[in-house]
Amino acid sequence: MIDEIQKNLLREIADLHAVPEGAYNIRANGEKAGRATTENIDIVTKEDKQGIDIIIKPFTKNESVHIPVIISESGLKEVVYNDFHIGEGANVVIIAGCGIHNCGTQTAEHSGIHTFYIGKNANVRYVEKHYGDGDGTGENIMNPTTEIYMEEGSRMEMETTQIKGVSSTVRNTTAKLAAGANLVVKEKIMTHGTQLAETNFVVDLDGDGSGTNLISRSVAKDRSHQIFRSNIRGNAKCHGHTECDAIIMDEATVAAIPEITANSIEASLIHEAAIGKIAGEQIIKLMTLGLDEKEAEEQIISGFLK
Amino acid sequence: MLELRNISFSADTENGTKGILKNVNLTVDERFVAITGPNGGGKSTLAKVIAGILTPTEGQILLDGEDITNLSITERARRGVSFAFQQPVRFKGITVKDLITLAAGKKIGVSEACEYLSEVGLCARDYINREVNASLSGGELKRIEIATVLARGTKLSLFDEPEAGIDLWSFNNLIKVFENLYAKKGGSIFIISHQERILNIADKIVVVANGEISRTGTKDEVLPALLGKANAACPTLSDKVI
Ligand SMILES: Nc1ncnc2c1ncn2[C@@H]1O[C@H](COP(=O)(O)OP(=O)(O)OP(=O)(O)O)[C@@H](O)[C@H]1O
Ligand SMILES: [Mg+2]
Repeated sequence: MIDEIQKNLLREIADLHAVPEGAYNIRANGEKAGRATTENIDIVTKEDKQGIDIIIKPFTKNESVHIPVIISESGLKEVVYNDFHIGEGANVVIIAGCGIHNCGTQTAEHSGIHTFYIGKNANVRYVEKHYGDGDGTGENIMNPTTEIYMEEGSRMEMETTQIKGVSSTVRNTTAKLAAGANLVVKEKIMTHGTQLAETNFVVDLDGDGSGTNLISRSVAKDRSHQIFRSNIRGNAKCHGHTECDAIIMDEATVAAIPEITANSIEASLIHEAAIGKIAGEQIIKLMTLGLDEKEAEEQIISGFLK
Repeated sequence: MLELRNISFSADTENGTKGILKNVNLTVDERFVAITGPNGGGKSTLAKVIAGILTPTEGQILLDGEDITNLSITERARRGVSFAFQQPVRFKGITVKDLITLAAGKKIGVSEACEYLSEVGLCARDYINREVNASLSGGELKRIEIATVLARGTKLSLFDEPEAGIDLWSFNNLIKVFENLYAKKGGSIFIISHQERILNIADKIVVVANGEISRTGTKDEVLPALLGKANAACPTLSDKVI
């Protein structure tokens, strides 16, 4: 059922070389292409709309769920709703990702709407990679929306990566954190050609002792354009930090618009943003080690996005 | 052998062109060459001209008889020129291991990378996976910078004030580092330094002041005059300090 092109997409987005261990749901060209559940993790197809419910029992320990989406049909457009119900005290890794191989002339588009309900003291690591390729002229568009509701003492670490082949992406992430909850987001983006990448974060720190750290590292090449917007609202005794660090090259443009709002005297919020080209002295140093200018640039970028 | 012929370097400033190196002639075949002289004299500029980071406005540079004046930094590096910066460069995301590996120019194991680090007195395990960024102290960065030159092991190594920021305890080891490098690779080691103890191991001392070579010779020829002069130079300042 899964062909070579699709296998390659799975490798790129989820590092999958075979059927994953544990629970998984593979969606290929809009259809279910494989699913497995475990004693603690159930996956149920939604009846009213496209998508699945992923239900993780309380106190599930050290399990993982893979939910890759791959598209290899030009012109396919889909909106998919995935809801994650993570039980109290569970500790899980969720690996999502979307890969599009577009060899036609039509736009292929995937909009994933992910909602996380994270129970008390649960711990989630969410990894998501977006990737596009194909020799056609059709655009690859991905618009992920992530809504996160975190109960007391829960933790989530979200790592998102988009390095290649996505023509246009608008990523919206919102989160609401109860007391003692903690959200860390690490975003890595590289854009080429005339690609567009926009990220918007809105995080509400509602409970005492809640905290968040949003870290974005990006490289904009050629004539691509990136926008980073983050808004952290401190509504209680909390800590918030947002950091956007971008390298621009060629004729690319980058806008970073961090916003922090303290609605409580006990909120402590910091934002940092830096945009600039690669420092000349970094290239010079690597050239004195025998690298040419292009190699030096590649090393600096791959280190920066590592 | 390195030969500098009539090297001049000038930079454009607000007040017009400023001559920073003026007609420098120098031939070096010795093991250890110390370059010293007052702050702002032109030492770092001279080293950067040799490494290809700055292009001389006039003159020629020959390495083993080959004219390298128009070669890029990369080409010179590949012909065997290495340079440890006075102010090491920081990198976000590049680890100490990455940098040493790039310097070695080939895949090296952790144990080899560690050897270079322990040579400069860094307990390798603690550092190997750290990023070469602002979280490292000045002295640590300086040592890692020296380690990159050791990992390259080329026939011409330039160290720009390697002792700056290095604690006294490690200072003696630094001299051993240069001796080991020579024992392994031969060639010439240029050390820009203000430290008498480093000048003392030099086979040749070059004094650069006001963009010119004001003196060259063995340490016996140069040191006494240099030290005497330094003491005599600023009587009012030392009076004030006392
Ligand atoms: N691009 C430049 N524009 C203007 N002046 C410059 C430029 N580069 C260097 N200089 C000046 O040239 C002189 C020599 O600088 P250089 O860094 O070579 O000195 P140095 O001998 O290494 O000094 P130190 O002992 O302080 O390291 C200094 O006066 C410096 O200010
Ligand atoms: Mg200097």
